[in-house]
Amino acid sequence: MSNYSADMIPKKRLLSLQLDVSKFEPASDAEKEQHETMRESTTFFRDGMRKLFRNPLAVISLIVLLLIIVTIVFAPMIVPYKYSEMITINGTRDRSAKNLPPFTYSQMEQEAIDNGATIFPHIFGTDELSRDYFIRVVYGARVSLSVGFFASLIVLIIGLLFGSIAGYMGGKVDLVMMRIVDVIYSLPDTLMVILLSVVLDQVLGQSLQGTVLAALGTNMISLFVVFGLLYWVGMARLVRGQILSIKTNEYVLAARALGAKPGRIIRKHILPNCMSVIIISTALQIPSAIFTESFLSFIGLGVQAPMPSLGSLANASRQALQAYPYKLFFPALGICLIVLSFNLLGDGLRDAFDPKLRR
Amino acid sequence: MDSAIKTERTRKMVATLLLFAAVFAVAFIFLPILTEKILVGIVLLLLAGMLFLSNDSARYVCKRVLLALLTVFIIAAITFFAMNAIPGGPFSKEKAPTAAVQAVLEARFNLDKPLLVQFQLYLQGLMQGDFGISTKTGRDIAVTIFEKFSVSAMLGGMAVLVALVFGLILGSVAALNRNKLPDRAIIFFTTLFVAVPSFILATLLLLVFCLQLGWFGVWSVSSPNYVLPVISLALYPMSYITRLTKTSMLDVLSQDYIRTARAKGVKERLVIFKHALKNALIPVITYVGPLTAYILTGSMVVESVFTVGGLGVEFVKSIGNRDYPMIMGTTIFLATLMVTMTLISDLIYKVVDPKISFE
Repeated sequence: MSNYSADMIPKKRLLSLQLDVSKFEPASDAEKEQHETMRESTTFFRDGMRKLFRNPLAVISLIVLLLIIVTIVFAPMIVPYKYSEMITINGTRDRSAKNLPPFTYSQMEQEAIDNGATIFPHIFGTDELSRDYFIRVVYGARVSLSVGFFASLIVLIIGLLFGSIAGYMGGKVDLVMMRIVDVIYSLPDTLMVILLSVVLDQVLGQSLQGTVLAALGTNMISLFVVFGLLYWVGMARLVRGQILSIKTNEYVLAARALGAKPGRIIRKHILPNCMSVIIISTALQIPSAIFTESFLSFIGLGVQAPMPSLGSLANASRQALQAYPYKLFFPALGICLIVLSFNLLGDGLRDAFDPKLRR
Repeated sequence: MDSAIKTERTRKMVATLLLFAAVFAVAFIFLPILTEKILVGIVLLLLAGMLFLSNDSARYVCKRVLLALLTVFIIAAITFFAMNAIPGGPFSKEKAPTAAVQAVLEARFNLDKPLLVQFQLYLQGLMQGDFGISTKTGRDIAVTIFEKFSVSAMLGGMAVLVALVFGLILGSVAALNRNKLPDRAIIFFTTLFVAVPSFILATLLLLVFCLQLGWFGVWSVSSPNYVLPVISLALYPMSYITRLTKTSMLDVLSQDYIRTARAKGVKERLVIFKHALKNALIPVITYVGPLTAYILTGSMVVESVFTVGGLGVEFVKSIGNRDYPMIMGTTIFLATLMVTMTLISDLIYKVVDPKISFE
């Protein structure tokens, strides 16, 4: 039956169910065109983005984050105050401008305005050292966001390197590397952050003076050091697990059979396939770093004094909580908005990009 | 399930549980008279058990306990050597004592010996519950820790209970009313609570309910008011447990055995409590370790805000005072507690979940 062809088909008998070939004709070009793909083929990335933009919560949080970033980038250019600057009128310090409520002027400022001067309003009021509170909150958000971002970046780099090496090499190398991860994983991270902050504060204190890092303060440096030392293990585990499961796919075998080097296989074949999971967990790492920073600020191990962070501002507001509750409100709102947006965005990204959740 | 397999599993479970109980009983009996020789003996015994026992679960227990002991040792080592890296000794003050006095003091606190010997002596002290003496108050640290910890343990225990009970209830309710109003409301609030740092939540609660509305009194030793501290400590883990329970409950509810149970006509109440909830609980057990860590570090913040006289406040105070022996002692104590809780939750998890093999 295998050597059947159109002209060899026996004549159709009556009542036979066999198709009559003579009744068929070749398709015209117009008809063939109809069978071409109706929809443009989408890539994984584009498909994910489409899904992400259909998720209203993720879109809102993306917009909120963009607004916050625009504010913290451009507000310092518009507002004529500095975060460490006490308010002065014509060169004399305005002592009456302490603890002003939002959108009010002090006596001296009012007099200056009556004389025709224009003074930029204090959108969030002023603090107890008569500094403009709005600009302090803006700088605080800057510090908090960059701490979160850089800490996650450190975690990503170290975890990615360690995890991909362990996962790809397998065997004894994997065993030894993962035992190291196990031990570090079992250390209580917050306690270690506190401990190292206390120690590095004393050890690094003098050597940092005069450098760029001094403005950031030893506590932030130690926060980064601790993230670099401890927090990467979760990422390393994640990457290793991903690589272990991807490594067994046929296309990796094919690449290896064609003689690709391990570095190339990891870079070109394995990492692109686990990138989405890694990016999602990096996005979710940012709020946890912001949390840690604000926690450290609370127990007095935060950024160096004139430099504000959202955590240290909220903590400082507890001194006069009943008299000026808005001082707690603004930085608290800042932290909550940032963390909430990152959480929702991370969830949205996971729904859109995680291959396990795709149908 | 085959009855033979069932009895076999029950027998194994009982054996494993007895083994845990034995290990912890031995630990508690020997703790006060623990010396390095006994400890080495225990470690060797566990090592031998890990290598030569035929029972998988027993081997796993040995391995896990060994890892926990190793972790505690590493934490003690990090703490000790990090604190010793800080320049300046406890007696290098502005008003330096005479050389003779200093020599006597150093001999009294073993500071004249090499670092490794000091570490050994410190470890020996730790084993017998001797954490040294606070450099600020001159009091025995072990006494301070246990005195203050009773308050923290009370607060933390209540918070754990609240978080677990409400988290499980809310999570189950959300899963059973999927995509209906209760589910949406619960998920909305838990997403919100996860984004609020505990100190901001605690401060807000204090401001609104304590200072403005006056519903709850401020904390004092004679009339402790646990409501607000427990709420601010429990909300975050409660939200987390709610989400965890919801996911695992949904996962379980879509399993075949639930459909079988329903098809057989088992009452809905029984299906949920006996078949679904029991299995949905398993992932929550793994959260007990992180939960303890969260409660212990969170209590530092919450106790400070509500001025509860617990270990958390004491720790924050000792950081502010740079009271190094106190920081060391508290860190090691809290870390040991966290490691123990993680160990217990890991062991229970392995016993409870039939799907997990011991190797």
